[in-house]
Amino acid sequence: MMRLALAMVLALAAGLPARADVDVEEVTSPGGVTAWLVEDHTIPFTALEIRFRGGTALDRPGKGGAVNLMTGLLEEGAGEMDAQAFALAREELAASYGFEANDDSISISARFLTENRDAAVDLLRSALVEPRFDQDAVDRVRDQVLSIIASDLNDPGSIATRAFMGRAFPDHPYSAPNDGTIETVTELTREDVAAAHADTLVRDRVYVGAVGDITPEALGGLLDDLLGDLPQSGADLPKEAAYSADPGTEVVEFDTPQSIILFGHEGIERDDPDFITAYILNEIIGGGGFNSRMMEEVRVKRGLTYGVGTWLQPMESATLVMGQAASANASAAETVEVISDEWARAAEGVTQDELDAAKTYLTGAYPLRFDGNARIAGILVGMQMDDLGIDYIESRNDQIEAVTLDDIARVAERLYRPEDLSFTVVGRPEGLDATN
Amino acid sequence: MLRATLLSLFALTAPLVARAAEVSTFTLDNGMEVVVLEDHRAPVVVHMVWYRTGAADEKPGVSGVAHYLEHLMFKGTDDLEPGEFSRVVAENGGTDNAFTSQDYTAYFQRVASDRLGLMMEMEADRMRDLQLDGRDILTERSVIQEERRQRTDSDPSALFGEQRDAAQYQNHPYGIPVIGWMHEVEALELDDALDFYRTYYAPNNAVLVVAGDVTPDEVRSLAEEHYGPLEPTEDLPERTRPQEPPQLAERRITFEDPRVAQPYVIRTYLAPERDPGDQRKAAALTLLADILGEGQTSELARRLQFGSKEALYTSAFYRGTSLDDTTFGLVVVPAPGVTLEEAEAALDREIAAFLDEGVDPAQLERLKFRMKAGEIYEADSAQSLARRYGSALTSGLTVADVEEWPDILQSVTADEIVEAGREVFDRRRAVTGWLRAPGQETTPEGAEGAVAIEAPTSTEITQ
Repeated sequence: MMRLALAMVLALAAGLPARADVDVEEVTSPGGVTAWLVEDHTIPFTALEIRFRGGTALDRPGKGGAVNLMTGLLEEGAGEMDAQAFALAREELAASYGFEANDDSISISARFLTENRDAAVDLLRSALVEPRFDQDAVDRVRDQVLSIIASDLNDPGSIATRAFMGRAFPDHPYSAPNDGTIETVTELTREDVAAAHADTLVRDRVYVGAVGDITPEALGGLLDDLLGDLPQSGADLPKEAAYSADPGTEVVEFDTPQSIILFGHEGIERDDPDFITAYILNEIIGGGGFNSRMMEEVRVKRGLTYGVGTWLQPMESATLVMGQAASANASAAETVEVISDEWARAAEGVTQDELDAAKTYLTGAYPLRFDGNARIAGILVGMQMDDLGIDYIESRNDQIEAVTLDDIARVAERLYRPEDLSFTVVGRPEGLDATN
Repeated sequence: MLRATLLSLFALTAPLVARAAEVSTFTLDNGMEVVVLEDHRAPVVVHMVWYRTGAADEKPGVSGVAHYLEHLMFKGTDDLEPGEFSRVVAENGGTDNAFTSQDYTAYFQRVASDRLGLMMEMEADRMRDLQLDGRDILTERSVIQEERRQRTDSDPSALFGEQRDAAQYQNHPYGIPVIGWMHEVEALELDDALDFYRTYYAPNNAVLVVAGDVTPDEVRSLAEEHYGPLEPTEDLPERTRPQEPPQLAERRITFEDPRVAQPYVIRTYLAPERDPGDQRKAAALTLLADILGEGQTSELARRLQFGSKEALYTSAFYRGTSLDDTTFGLVVVPAPGVTLEEAEAALDREIAAFLDEGVDPAQLERLKFRMKAGEIYEADSAQSLARRYGSALTSGLTVADVEEWPDILQSVTADEIVEAGREVFDRRRAVTGWLRAPGQETTPEGAEGAVAIEAPTSTEITQ
């Protein structure tokens, strides 16, 4: 149908330009800390992404929320500085440090100017190595966390996640909210926070990506300054989580005009040889953009939702393949039905055209990801944590291209299991009965 | 630490301009303005077409039609089937989307730089040759109703924001939400969308912004090939909206919703926006918002979070890039045990004290240094730079205004900042809003849910 001349020509021309022109170098500091670096001296600043394997799932029994509270307190006083003095020092340097705790990792995202790099690194070091955890800061940040927890208790999306994870991994820290509960956080002490720090910020589980105006030599020295004084090792990582959600539909009654629909079941490991195939499949079924089957069937054809998407969720101790949509209470039941049908159809595989289109998109879009120092630094850390190898950026598109329709058929049957599909619906869905 | 969650939502202060990218501008014969931002670090371009029209240009009774049309722009032309636009972008390894605000509607793609011509060809096609079929448009109307449910009706903070805007603007259409009121959205017709399209979508009402791995010569030649042949619209309506009368009476609203766990108070004041050749007051207000509410050492945080401990969180916001009168806002989330009344009184007390004591010179110096650094960090993202130019040029500003802005910010004095505050903080032009659950007096000491605090005015919504 497209009659635009240029479009025809280009759409037929295979082989996108599409090699990410990113030169990754491994740097090992004199003290033995490793980082991946992309040197780029265009703009006089450096983006640094630091990630520690092991996150809120390392909360000790009964201490839910300790790792999260600790992470929030890293910037609330360190060394000689209380919270205000630390904030002031950071402002004077115009540096930014972000601290975030997830289930399986703690992330520190920093950026600083070349002109005061040493001072900015020194300040960040004090936050990581010698945080004070002053009692007044603990109390103040605890109140902020309690406010967020209270908000999440009334947020349909958070309610859905909590309910689904509770059914999926009832005997594992994954079932508990990252922030902890009102009860656990209220009881946390300064000592609990210090213990969480010792358990998590350790050298043998740290990964670093650096991008920007910095040489390998300078980065080597920086790594030792920044991380050299952290303890070598911490708490053991959590045990494997056994998936145990029953198939069917769980309804969580909540008074809101639109139902949140969360769905999925067990997924696939990141290091599974079929992961790339599964990744392509997910792109076709419910990945980003407007062209997935789910978007076509639920939104474009039926107008049942503004957004529906699916994703692979490989975690440290478990795997999921998940999706989410939102639909008016009156149409939530129909939405669940359409999603179920699509899940069953997904198990049967996809067509050659769908596979080709997904490959073209994924290989073409890949180089577009490398478009900023901070973004690239994040990608470098992710690659290390997933053990992908330093030449992954070079080979990744070839791996996508190598996937065949047979691979897809085999993996589709394994990945999408309609008989196991489990829904959590939060709202007042009409005509939707809980079946589990 | 709460900043990470809440601050990003409130951080609507007008941003800085990075000059690291080379900026070129020219105008096509048909009146289409072009801005090119060169950044050759990656073989990628962002291609954006910004129309100088948004929700505030809608006729009465069809709220949401600007945004509805934005959705329909993906539903086909004489040359493209419904959905084909996005499919072709994806087939070429790109991503695309669009967004609508009160003042502009913009469409963009990110692609490998050698696909720029194709993007222009398709974007030029739908500027003039949209062709819609009845079934598609009804389904898409259901989609935007779901969008409204998701963005607004599911979120008491968003509903609260709508009510505050409606109270803030007594005559100007900024009081009507971009997504539209539900009773009008569900009655939108194809003709409403086409009427808006025919009135406003034209090359002489559009700004093309291309950022990334291209040269101005390449952009000029491609733009002349693809956009050049489009006929301009001769009778473009003049861009004037009903303006605010003198506001003489303070407005106060209390919005109660059982889904609220964390009560808070927001006050917004009607405030002047950046005007072409006249941005000094807006610059002073931009600095004032940062001094009062940005970060742990800001006046409100220092006084209310660390000092009296009456607040869990505080913020101030000001968005100067706007065609007509904008707002300056102050936020206090009370600490446990503190009532909204007490929180508001504490806010008034500390603002008065600040105006009395003046700006801390060291803080102002730090802020200006951070703004300079911001230009360096900003240069890292061609896309955000492109948005800076696009939003400014569709909000009544010129390229020269955008380029002068950083220097104006640096030159604003402490006295000008306090003066701007005194002028704007006039309760007769203010809306004070309390958000809480029914019967809720204070921030709970522990239990019973709440809702995350949303941006006071949702400035853009996407396709």
